[in-house]
This record gives sequence, C-alpha cells and structure tokens, in this order.
Amino acid sequence: MSLLPKKPVMDQEFVKTAAHVNYATVGRKLTESVREYKTAAVVTPLLVLGEVVFEVMIPLYTADLIDAIKSGANLSQILSTGGVLALMALVSLAFGAAAGLTCAKASTGFAKNLRKDMFYNIQTFSFAVIDRFSSSSLVTRITTDVMNVQMAYMMLIRTAIRSPFMLVLAFIAAYSMAGWLALVFVVIIPVLAVALFAVIRKVVPVFRRIFRKYDALNERAEENLAGIRVVKSYVREDYEKEKYDRAATEVQNDFTYAERILALNAPIMNFCIYTVMVFVIYAGSFAIVSTRGELLDVGQFSSLITYGFMMLMQLMMLSMIFAQVVMSEENARRIYEVLDAKTTIDQPADPVTEVADGSIDFDGVGFSYRGDRDHEALRGIDLHIRSGEVIGVIGSTGSAKSTLVQLIPRLYDVTEGSVRVGGRDVRDYDLETLRDAVAMVLQKNVLFSGTIAENLRWGNEHATDEEVLEAARLAQADEFVQTFPNKYDTYIEQGGTNVSGGQKQRLCIARALLKRPKILILDDSTSAVDTKTDRLIREGFRNYLPETTKVIIAQRTSSVEDADRIVVMDSGTINDIGTHEELLRRNAIYREVYLSQNKQSHDERELGELEVSADE
Amino acid sequence: MAANNNSAENILKNVTGSNQPTEPEREPERQNVAGRQVARPQRRGGRGRTLGRLIKMLFSFYPRMLPLVILCIVVSAVLSALPATFMQRTLEIVTAHWEGGDWEAVAGQIGSLVLTLVGIYVVSLVLSFTWTRAMAIITQGSLEKFRERLFGHMQDLPISYFDEHQRGDIMSHYTNDIDALRQMIGQSLPNITLTFVTLISVFSVMIYYSVWMAAVIVAGVLFMSYMTKVLGSRSARNFVAQQKEIGVVEGHVEEVMNGQRVVKVFCHEDAAQDDFDVLNRRLFEASRAANMYTNTLGPILMNLGNLIYVIVALVGGVFIETGVPNLSISGLPFSIAVTVPFLNMTKQFAGQIGQISQQINSVVMGLAGAERIFELMDEPVEQDQGYVELVACTIDREGNVTECDRRSENWAGQWAWRHPHGDGSLTYTPLAGDVRLFDVDFAYRKGHTVLHDVSVWAKPGQKVAFVGATGAGKTTITNLINRFYDIEDGKIRYDGININKIKKSDLRRSLGVVLQDVNLFTGSVMDNIRFGRLDATDEECMAAARLVGADGFIKRLPDGYNTMLTDNGSNLSQGQRQLLSIARCAVADPPVMILDEATSSIDTHTEAIVQRGMDALMTGRTTFVIAHRLSTVQNSDAIIVLDHGRIIERGSHDELIAKKGTYYQLYTGAFELE
Repeated sequence: MSLLPKKPVMDQEFVKTAAHVNYATVGRKLTESVREYKTAAVVTPLLVLGEVVFEVMIPLYTADLIDAIKSGANLSQILSTGGVLALMALVSLAFGAAAGLTCAKASTGFAKNLRKDMFYNIQTFSFAVIDRFSSSSLVTRITTDVMNVQMAYMMLIRTAIRSPFMLVLAFIAAYSMAGWLALVFVVIIPVLAVALFAVIRKVVPVFRRIFRKYDALNERAEENLAGIRVVKSYVREDYEKEKYDRAATEVQNDFTYAERILALNAPIMNFCIYTVMVFVIYAGSFAIVSTRGELLDVGQFSSLITYGFMMLMQLMMLSMIFAQVVMSEENARRIYEVLDAKTTIDQPADPVTEVADGSIDFDGVGFSYRGDRDHEALRGIDLHIRSGEVIGVIGSTGSAKSTLVQLIPRLYDVTEGSVRVGGRDVRDYDLETLRDAVAMVLQKNVLFSGTIAENLRWGNEHATDEEVLEAARLAQADEFVQTFPNKYDTYIEQGGTNVSGGQKQRLCIARALLKRPKILILDDSTSAVDTKTDRLIREGFRNYLPETTKVIIAQRTSSVEDADRIVVMDSGTINDIGTHEELLRRNAIYREVYLSQNKQSHDERELGELEVSADE
Repeated sequence: MAANNNSAENILKNVTGSNQPTEPEREPERQNVAGRQVARPQRRGGRGRTLGRLIKMLFSFYPRMLPLVILCIVVSAVLSALPATFMQRTLEIVTAHWEGGDWEAVAGQIGSLVLTLVGIYVVSLVLSFTWTRAMAIITQGSLEKFRERLFGHMQDLPISYFDEHQRGDIMSHYTNDIDALRQMIGQSLPNITLTFVTLISVFSVMIYYSVWMAAVIVAGVLFMSYMTKVLGSRSARNFVAQQKEIGVVEGHVEEVMNGQRVVKVFCHEDAAQDDFDVLNRRLFEASRAANMYTNTLGPILMNLGNLIYVIVALVGGVFIETGVPNLSISGLPFSIAVTVPFLNMTKQFAGQIGQISQQINSVVMGLAGAERIFELMDEPVEQDQGYVELVACTIDREGNVTECDRRSENWAGQWAWRHPHGDGSLTYTPLAGDVRLFDVDFAYRKGHTVLHDVSVWAKPGQKVAFVGATGAGKTTITNLINRFYDIEDGKIRYDGININKIKKSDLRRSLGVVLQDVNLFTGSVMDNIRFGRLDATDEECMAAARLVGADGFIKRLPDGYNTMLTDNGSNLSQGQRQLLSIARCAVADPPVMILDEATSSIDTHTEAIVQRGMDALMTGRTTFVIAHRLSTVQNSDAIIVLDHGRIIERGSHDELIAKKGTYYQLYTGAFELE
C-alpha cells in the first residue's frame, strides 16, 4: 500500500492545455501585457513606413540622375539631384534607426511585462494549479518561451510591416517608371511566393517534431550526467555511448532531411533573381531601342533591377518571418496557459480579518487532489482541536497526514465538508490573515539564498535582533549558528546546501516561531534532529508558546508521546485518537510503529541488565 | 545583521559566483539543475586556433564533400560578379544604337549576350543547389559527430571532473554550444566564404572598369565595416549580458518555485515579486540594449549603401562631365555604360557587407561554443594502468584455476583474477571479495587531506558499516575502493592484489554499488534492471527483482516489467525507485557491495521492505554500508566510526555500546548523525 506513489500521476485530461484555444484569444491575452509599451509598438510601424517610402523613392531619383548624366546635363543639375538623393537616404536612415530603437523598446518591454505578469499570476496560484504545471516547466515558460515570443513580436511590428509595404510600393514605383516591363514581377512574385511558402509549410511541422526529439536527446545526456556514478560503477560507458549515438544519428537524419528541403530556398531565390535580370536586360534593351528611350531609359533600366531585388528580398524575409511566427505559436500558447490559469483559492467577498483563537475543527472533510470524489485522499474526517492543545499525528507514508494539515492554512480547499479555524470556516478569512495565524513548518524544508537572519525574518520582517535570537534559541538553532564565523549573517546557498539537514530543520522552525502564530504545524520537521534536541524544542514550545495550538506530524512516536492527543491516520481516514498510553493499549497500528522503533532500546535495556547480573 | 531588502543582489552574487569548484563529499545535493551558462572571458589568441581546429575537423569528417562545397561556393561567387560585365556590354550596344530605334540591328548581338548570361545562370543555379544541400548534410553530420565525441569523451572522464563542474554547465555544451556551432557551420562559414570571394571578384571587375570609382566604393565600404564593428561588438557584448541576466532570472524563479509552499505559508508573495521585479528590469535593460544595436545596424548599413550609391552616381556623373581620364585595366573611358553597372555593383558590394555583419555575431558565438566544446574534449580521460583482469574460470577440487570461455558448458559462474607478471608468467587468484585498506591517506585537493591513516579489513562475506557525520569521509572511502579517486598514500588490496594493478573496468565490475540518490534511466523497468548486467535474460532480471522484493510492486505497475520509466522514474515512489536500484545491483551479482543508504525519510513500513531487499542482497557478499541511520548497522561484523576523516572507534555493535564512546552517544540520540 505505502509503496504506491504518493500523488496520482496526472492523466492527460486533467492537465488542461490551451491547444484548442484560437489564435485571437491567445493573442488578445498576450497583448494585454503590452501596456506602457503600446506607444512604442504603434510608433514602430509608422517609422518603418517612413523608412520604406524614402527607400523606395531613391531608385526613382537615381534613374533621373543617370538619365541626366547621360543626356549631358550640367554639373549643378547633377549635384542638386544628387543632393536630394543623399538627403533621402539620410531621412530613410533616421526613420529606420528610430524604428530600430522603438522596436527594441517595444518588444523587450513587452517581454518584461509578460514575465512580470506570469510571475505575479503564478504567485496567486493555488497548489492545485501549481501541481498541474511542473515547476521546471514554469521556469522555461518564463524564460525561453518569452524570449521566443519577444523575437516573433519584434519581427511582427517591424519586418512584417516593412516587407509587404515595400513590396507594394516598389511595384507601384516600378510600374510607374517602366510600364509593361514591370509586369514581369506580376509573374515572378507569385511563383517565388508559392515556392517559398511551400517549402516553409513542408518544413515547419518537420522542425517541430525534430525539436521535440532533440529535447529528448538532450534529456538523455542530462540523465546520463546525473547518473554518471551509476554508469561508471557498472562500467556502462560503452553501452551508454552506443545508446546515445543511436539517438543522435536519428536526430541527425531528421535534421538533415528538413534542412535539405530548407536549402531549396537559395536556388529558388536565385532562379527568380536571374529570371528578372535576364528579362530586364533583354526586354529592357528592346524597350529602350525600339521606343528610342521614350518608355525606358538607361537610368530606369538600372532602377528596375534594383526594384526587382527589393521585392524578391522582401518575399524572402516574409517567408522567414512566417516560419518564425509559426514556430513561436507554441511558445505563445504555453505563456497563455500560465496567464490564463486562475487560482482555485478565491478570496471571499467580505473577508474576516481577525482569527479569534487557535481552535481547529474538521467537519466531515473529504479531499481529492483532482477535485473529484473518486480519488479521495481524505475521507470523512471529523476532528476537533481546542485552542492551545498539542496534537500528534502518526501514520505511514500515503496515509495523508500532510494532506490533512495542508487544509488548515488553505493550501488546498476541501472537496467536501469544512475546516474551521477559530470557529470560522477558513474560506471566510482573508488569506493573509489566515496564513499569518497559522505557521507551518513543511516536510520539504526550504531555505532561500540569503543570510540566516534574512531567512528567519521571513516569519516577521520587522522582528528585532532580540526576537530573532529568541526564536533561534527556542528552536535550538542559536547554538550552532553561533559557531559559524559570520553567525546570523552567514550566507545560505540556494537550496540551503551549506547547512546540515538537522540544522536546516531547526532554522525552519525558528522562522515559523517568529510569526508568533496561533497555530503551529510541524510536518515531520524534526526527523533529522537528534532525540535530545527534539525534546528540548518541544519543551520550549510548551513553556514559551502555551496558548499556541501545536500539530506535530512525526515518524517517531517519541516525538508525539507527550502530546495531549495523538491522531492515527490510515489511508486517508482517522483510525484512532487518544493519548500515548491509550493508543499503546488499544491501537494496533500505533503499537506496531512504537515497537518497531523501540525494539532496539528494549534490547539495549536487556543488555544493560545482563551486564549488571554479570557484575554480581 | 544585514537588511532584508538586498536579497536580489544576493541572488545575483550567488548565481554569478557559482563557478567555483565544489567540495566533492556533498556534491550530490549541491548540483545545480539549471542549464545556465555563465560566459567566460575569451582568450584572444585562442580564437584563431579554435577556428583552425574546427575547420580541420570538418575536413576530416567530410574529406571529399567539403572541398567540393568550397569549390562550388568559389565558382558561384566568381560567376556572380559577371552579370555586371554583361550589363555594361549591353548598355554599350544600346547607347550606340538607341537613336536609330532599330531593334533588328541589335537583336542578334544582345540575344547572344543574354544567352551566354542564361548559360552562366544555369551553371550558377546548379552550383548553389548542390552546395546548399551538401552543406545541410555536412552541418548535421558534423554536429552529430561533435555530439558523439562530446558524449563519448564525457563518459571517459574521471569522477573528479563531474565533482568540479556544475551539471548545468556541462549540459550547456550539448544545448547552447552545439546550437551556436550549428548556426556557424551551417550558415555563417559558407556565407562568409561566399561573401569574401564575391567581394574579391566584384572588386576585380570594378578595377577592370575604373580604379577611381572602385576607390570611392572601397572607402565607403570601409566606413560601413567600421560601423558594423562598432555596433556589432556592442550588440554582442549586450547579448552576452542578456544571457547572463536570463540565467539570474531563471535561478530566482527556480528558487521561488521550489519553495512555493514556504512562500505561501509565510505570505511572502509580495517580497518575492519585488525581488523578481528588480531582476526582470535588469534583464529588460540588457535585452533592450542588445536589440537596439542589432536593430539599428540594419537600417544604418542599408542606407549607408544608398548613400554610397548616390555618391558613386555623382562621382560618375562628374567624371563624365568633366572628362577626367579614367584609370582602369580595361582602358575604357568614363561613360554611362561604365557608370550604370558600377551602380549595381555598389548595391552588391554593400549588400555583402550587410551579410557579413549578420554573420559576425554568430561566428563569435560559434567560436566561443567550439572553444568550450574543445575544452571538454581536451580534458584528460580517466587513466588506467591496470593489467590484472577478471576472467571466467573453473576451479577444480584441489583449487587449481583454469581459465575458460564464459559460453562454455562447464563454466559454473566462477571468476578469477588473471595476473601477468614481469617474467611472463601468469597467476590466477579466485575472485573472493576480500578488501583491505592499509593506512590510507587521501586528499581531493593537494594539501587538504580528508582521510588520515584509514585501515579497514573486510573478509569475504563480512559486513562493514561506516558511521559518522556528514563530511566525516564515509562516502570518500567507498570512492577509493572503486577507484573513482586514487589514494595519496597507503594501499588498497582486493583479494590480495593492489587495486592499482587491476583494470578499472574489471575492478568496478566486481563491486556492486547502490547509491543514496537513485538514478534510473529512460526505458522500461526491465531495461533498468538489466543495466546491472547487459546479457541477463528476462528470467534472470525477474529473479533478481524477486530476490530483493521488488517483484510485487513491479507486477502491479500498468505494464509490469515493460512499464516505461521517464524523468528518473518520477512515476514511482522513492521506495520503489530504491528497490529497483537494489534489483539492478542484484542482477550484476558482484562479490563486493557498497551500499549508500538513503537519507530521505521513508516511513517505517517502506523502510522495512527496502531493508529486507538490501539484506537479501547482502547475504554472502562483502558489504560496505554507509549508514545514515543506526538501526541498520547493528548486525555488522564491524562498525567503523569516522570523524573528520579519522577512524575514532571500531568494533561490533555490542563492543561499541559497552565502550560508551561516540557510537553509544549517537545510538542513544545524544548526538545528531546528519
């Protein structure tokens, strides 16, 4: 029973994905984060338009300049046309550079707001929601996914405006300049467009699939790295190499397939450019000669080629943007899921902001992580704890001890029945009020990077140094902290890896004590502390926090022996409640746990007696 | 005491300072999961050498295809300069005839010119089709070889390498560095080659027509290159900064996510958000600066190109007007037919510079990636001078050992050490599992001795338990027995043979290891058990699972032994994962075992099941137990109490209890073990 996984493996249905949500909804949700960068986002396309207009006009005027030179205009005429041209290039440059700046601001600002909104929203999540995303997936969503969306957004507000606009303007300019000759573009542009988009359409889904495989390949390397001691102990280096090589070759084949298709882009593009060149040279000379320069002159001849390049290049850009944007769609959806997720723990409309006392009542409580009654982790819990009482909780892994106490500070909401604190349903309280009154030392102890003092002050930001010291003393932490060279300013590494397990637990208890809570919950939080210290901590509680209700979950019966009452949990239900003596007498589960832990000391006692008798 | 509000700064400090080597003893918990990469300062001179080495490797991977690609690129680049000359000749013809308005007169001449051009284009198309496809093959093929070499080399590195490097840093070789290489090999290198040759050939055509105008263009292009360099290096610098800031943000989010429950029960959401805002803003600033330089570079180059274009047109016009004598290879005078192709060449030239500017960033990043990859590939691999091998054998009643084939009928599963001696003779020692350490000293780093004078004897079948606080040296001792690390002084003997003489792979094959952190691999449950002995049959794997008591839960899994495990067996409970790692060891059936007990608290019932599995495995084997709880060590033949790398007590449980020393205090709960 207890060997079964603690939390149910989430099925597909339960993890709600946004795959079915349409583009518009995703787009709308994401653009809500544009906010103060809206101006920059609107100005950018306008500036781009300015840039394009001047850029397209330049070849028109160069054609004139060339014709003027050809027809033997005087120097001042040439210089003035040249001056106009130079001015246009400078204006275009100014527009373009300005667009570059606003675009950078708009897109990185958007990304900043996205990250902020995601992080803030995550902070409001209830655990039911957090469990749905894994925490590592949330990290990638905030970093990688946002970066990709930022790239796509940048392209959208700049290049995606620039390219079609330029395409149209360049064509108009070419037509106004060269008449029917420009019609070559009407033929060649669709050809290129179709070819490029055909390639992209074929390649994008392939790439998507490959990237997934590629991730799997990297995970394989990571797994090997994590287990390198196992690999080396079993001399499996060659086996692992072989396995990795096989997977790598598969990824290589897929990648090569996709990139070979993608490589078609270059010859396709070249083919179109060449066609335009050949056509312009042949038909252009025909037009010049046959109309004696009426329809077309040498200057226009050259500019026509310039326009041709312009248009074809823009098509190329468009196809690239298309690919990029399509590829980032998945990123956008993953961001949307985070932004759209709502906490399942709602603040009540008219919240109670005062917790009367530390009494706790469970009335007919049922709870399921999935929210349905078929998979209940807790069933029919009725438990009434008086304010100031000391309650021990004992039970094997999977008996839902932690689940039970997590309902008290509303980390989860009950599926059935109700939990009351201080006589009021926990759902009536302002969340912060409730959680300030309930201090919980978790089974998964976490300290944060920062000094010891900073970590302890999580319990109370405004605690004086004396209060911090007192809490540490109560938790039996002061003694070892004083042995550190920097004492309370000792820096805790991320994850608290530079203190031992027992020390970490005691610091976490001190942190909780600083809250001066009405209810203190210890979820198996002295497992690595020696029995003597464990006893001292409990004595401290008794003497200094007599009014605080204490709920102590433990593996060791010695940690709960002196509790007022002990609750025995068994697979989601309360098996028995009573004092240590009562339970020892009547409860099989409790007795078994007690005996398995105390057999040794029993043996030892016998041993001691033996020695005594030998002395006699 | 420090104020509370600078914790964002602290996070920063922590992340950026995370490159220091860590102390091996507590490595398993310390590892950094985030795949972040902290940019290292580039060694200036190394870059050229890195490029040279990289290119050499590419040639060795594709000795025929790569030269072909280069040939194609060079020829297409040269061809790409030719259209200008066709244009010049066409225009010459046109200007000479246009007043006549007689197309028929020139149609033939122009027609044949255009046909030649078409011919050139066809060749050029074939070439570009060939080299782009070939390059796709070369890029991916080379990357695969890089990956394989990287992974292969990594397998052969000594454990100390993994202790000294963060997991995230090593992983970034596979992700960031390989990706940077992909960009560089696939895109930048061929494009730069193409651009370079194009520039040379266009330049040749230019001076063929006019040195003066070529000089104007070159001056303009030099200015463009200068701008590229200035802006490009700024943007590169800021992209590096951006990468770093992403790492910091990632670290913060990760920490908050891991401690989300604590954040919630302490209502610390606002403080976490404030910290995040500070870091997020820094990332924004870096990212904005990086993109600003990149974004403005494009329009600046493009319009500088336009300006040069205008200047060339003006200069051409002025030259024609004023009749300045031309200086050129062709000897042609200035004319409109010379000027117009020049204008197009200006576009081509400027466009190429734009190309280079795009590629330069990725070359810099690619080279940095290549350098980091080479760094790993150059790490010295685990050395092994051992020559004593483990061989299958038969042992007759008198104890004579005869080497035999493992597949032979009469092999009864016995092993022996084959020991060749200097005089050419061979001796065989039956594998028994007798391990002795004599006066062993050890230091991870010179001068920091962590084990002093450690002597331990374990006769075949005996159980020796190590007890002591974290950092006392328990794990270190076992790392010496399987030669993850080599001792400084003293000696270790396995069946009477100095372990330095034994081939490492054979030594490790004779030692089973169950580590406290269970690592399972993606694959089925059966695959994971078989990891212990690759040629084990399904029946043998199941027998091993039955022996250690894992059979029961495996059968209840959805697909039994074929259930797929992913993500380090995350769909199993801690106890189940431990049982699998014990079964994996059981199928290997080694005479000596090292058991590192799990520290994490599992409940009494599960613990009993796991303990039963361990006991089943230990029967008849020499076992070293690294104990984290005292309940499991009482039946050991010897308990060794360590403190700061020294043995302070040794004896059986009863002896040590009677002694009332450190062990007694630990046992009675007066001292903390962890």
